Amino acid sequence: MPRRACAIVALTVCCALAAGACGSGNAATTTTAATATTTTTTTVADPVTGELVVLAASSLVEPFEELGRMFEAGHPDVKVTFSFAGSSDLARQIDAGAPADVFASADEKTMAAVVAAGQAAEPVVVARNRLAVIVEKGNPKGVRTLADLARSDVVLVLCAAEVPCGRLAAAAFRKAGVAAEPASLEANVKAVVSKVTLGEADAGIVYRSDVQAARDKVEGVDVVEGADAALQAVYPVALTTAAANRVAAKAWVDLVRSAGGLRALAAAGFLGP
Amino acid sequence: MSRRPALSPAVAVPAVAAGAFLALPLAALVWRAPWAALWSDLTDPAARTALRLSLVCSLWATVLAVGLGLPLAWALARVPFPGRRLVRALVLVPLVLPPVVGGVALLLALGRRGVVGRYLDQWFSLRLPFTTAGAAVAEAFVAMPFLVLTAEAAFRSADRRYEDAARTLGAGGWTVFRRVTLPLTWPALAAGGLLAWARALGEFGATITFAGNAPGRTTTIPLQVFLLLESGRLGSALALSLVLLAVSVTVLAVLRDRWLGAL
Amino acid sequence: MTASDGLSAEVEVRLGALDLRVRLAVAPGETVAVLGPNGAGKTTLLRALAGLHDVDSGTVVLDGEVLEDTAGGRRVPCEQRSVGMVFQANLLFPHMSALENVAFGLRARGVRKGEARRRAGDWLDRVGLAAHAQATPDRLSGGEAQRVALARALAGDPRLLLLDEPLAALDASVRGAMRRELRTHLAAAPGVRVVVTHDAVDAAALADRLVVLEGGRVTQEGTLAELTARPRSRYVADLVGVNLFTGRADGTAVTVTGGFVLTVAEQASGDVLVAVPPRAVTLHHRRPDGSPRNVWEASAAAVEHEGDRVRVSLAGPVAIVAEVTAAAAGELALEAGGPVWVAVKATEIDVFPA
Repeated sequence: MPRRACAIVALTVCCALAAGACGSGNAATTTTAATATTTTTTTVADPVTGELVVLAASSLVEPFEELGRMFEAGHPDVKVTFSFAGSSDLARQIDAGAPADVFASADEKTMAAVVAAGQAAEPVVVARNRLAVIVEKGNPKGVRTLADLARSDVVLVLCAAEVPCGRLAAAAFRKAGVAAEPASLEANVKAVVSKVTLGEADAGIVYRSDVQAARDKVEGVDVVEGADAALQAVYPVALTTAAANRVAAKAWVDLVRSAGGLRALAAAGFLGP
Repeated sequence: MSRRPALSPAVAVPAVAAGAFLALPLAALVWRAPWAALWSDLTDPAARTALRLSLVCSLWATVLAVGLGLPLAWALARVPFPGRRLVRALVLVPLVLPPVVGGVALLLALGRRGVVGRYLDQWFSLRLPFTTAGAAVAEAFVAMPFLVLTAEAAFRSADRRYEDAARTLGAGGWTVFRRVTLPLTWPALAAGGLLAWARALGEFGATITFAGNAPGRTTTIPLQVFLLLESGRLGSALALSLVLLAVSVTVLAVLRDRWLGAL
Repeated sequence: MTASDGLSAEVEVRLGALDLRVRLAVAPGETVAVLGPNGAGKTTLLRALAGLHDVDSGTVVLDGEVLEDTAGGRRVPCEQRSVGMVFQANLLFPHMSALENVAFGLRARGVRKGEARRRAGDWLDRVGLAAHAQATPDRLSGGEAQRVALARALAGDPRLLLLDEPLAALDASVRGAMRRELRTHLAAAPGVRVVVTHDAVDAAALADRLVVLEGGRVTQEGTLAELTARPRSRYVADLVGVNLFTGRADGTAVTVTGGFVLTVAEQASGDVLVAVPPRAVTLHHRRPDGSPRNVWEASAAAVEHEGDRVRVSLAGPVAIVAEVTAAAAGELALEAGGPVWVAVKATEIDVFPA
């Protein structure tokens, strides 16, 4: 319990420092952490019990929530608590002692840093995600290629270079030899989706899974660069060193890697590992 | 010697805890700040751009908050109109609304497809999102309540008899306001403006949501801090945070007499 | 009711518990004092005349100009009326110097800055404060501040000068001097003057005519002598409970109206106001012996019973009112027209510089 209390205090401080400006990810985390309950250990037939805390990159919201329902259905004594945020936010929370059993990152670099710090071990890649251009329904600007994104009549938004989708987008442009001038470098991939959904931007570069999640309001344009394996996001998952519920955590990773897990990820627009 | 009320432990303990609760994080921030690298962190081109932009945006936001907020405060304090209670409540909304939601609301209103924004775009080719003007607008949205609340209280509590005296001397409404009400309420108005400016300076959520993050155009200090944290550069983030902290402390010190009374 | 010159007002104002209905006519060059208890509506009346308070119904006409006519839907806003107002709390603008305060009205009415400052300086000179032109109000004494306030109100040459308890906030020590000064300035001001006060001495010193306001209505008006002779309400009786005379003092002798000389205890000189409380006026069958310095023979012009007190208006070399107990009146067998000896001790007479 003290650990959780610390985490809440740390998050509050974080918010206070940003002068009342909680990042969207942080806000969600605060809620989930606050509702977390104490882990209990009892011995029954199903060894998978208690609470499982999963810290996962924002882009994994849809498939992981689906898998969470499956997991709880298979293990009635388990309560799965998610905390979705940007990968680096989550890494920082783990470093600050936030309770976590599983960490699912949206890039290998962030995972590598957490592993190097001795806070997680033996990551396995569970999914990949390819880049896609997101445009308004009907593609009114006729965006077909990355080069179209550099047109002056196209308002383009990208992820900031500090987050994985921004790094990948920059690499894709570099490879294509296109010099685009984004109107904004958003803090995370969902913010790019929002800007296109609200019509503020004509196009953005996101993951295919994000297009899939917002398919009611936007559509995706597959660009050739998206198929380049070097320009794909990689999703490694690992147990944290401090995991309080290793049994459930292992079961969770198994579920994600199972056929059912792959199906859920594929349905959400992810590629296999 | 005057009698001093005994401080019971029931008050002292939570009071000290509260003080520590507020002071400790700030102390930790100062303690952990990378003092050695402070200068290079603050003179880094991106940091300098963010600092300059923060100053520009927050000042414009203050101008906007004052220019629109003062008349509103005046109306709320002096002009009885139907729905005044409702408007008074609405003024408080940006104080309690999560800034990110405020940013989305601004997009829905002033964005390219917004209720009003579409006409700004069609008729004047004026687009606020992703522009410095947009960042100032977002900051003003969040900061204006501080100005309006303070100014309304000042206008309400100002001694109206001075205004009456001015009118008997032949001064019309504007002259009375400019030469009597304004000078008499000036300290409170200045405090309100200063608070609004400080709030604008620290604005993050509404700015990044409405104006996006465009280095040199909308990337103010809070956004830069956020991005630095995203990329794991804690030290540089703390250095910029220190600037915000120093500004807040300075502003509060200036306002001390008004807010904390004579100590 | 339209008089071509002076003030002619008929106003109705309802404000909380107050229901004010007043008809007031003041000639040019006349000073009227409005007296009344707290809450009678004196200040509200003044504010209505100034245009600071809405009139529910009625008319206000100043020198033929209709300032207010609710039936005709006409209302000249305060700032466009030719008024000057002096407030009880002087209400000098605290952020301006004395000179700037006096120049304020001139500037607001479009006088150029240099000219306004020159004229404001003249006015400060007239109220004896030329040396304090640059002082801010917090550096002025109460009397000085009120003189600046007077100069500020007069500087615009208002046709209607309104004074709301102009002396009430002043210390007794400066009040007499200020009263005298105020009288001089009021006499010099050409327009209509209305002074609100609750002090009979102030009213007597400043006004030509008194109007008594009680519960929002005019209950009595007239000269001080008329009110003193026949107070129509308890308030007026208490208010003019003193016999007031204007006169000239020379040492302890004061020559009042009609050449009658009263002996007083205090040394004084020049124009004075003399106040004699009716209870200090004793009545006797025969010329009394002993200490009273003022003794004369008079006749009882009117006898009015008020409970166990009796007010006796006395005619003689000087008109004065005595108040005696019913028992004493019975003993004297007082009746209208009856002869009686009047005595007043010198120490019972108050003398104010006028």
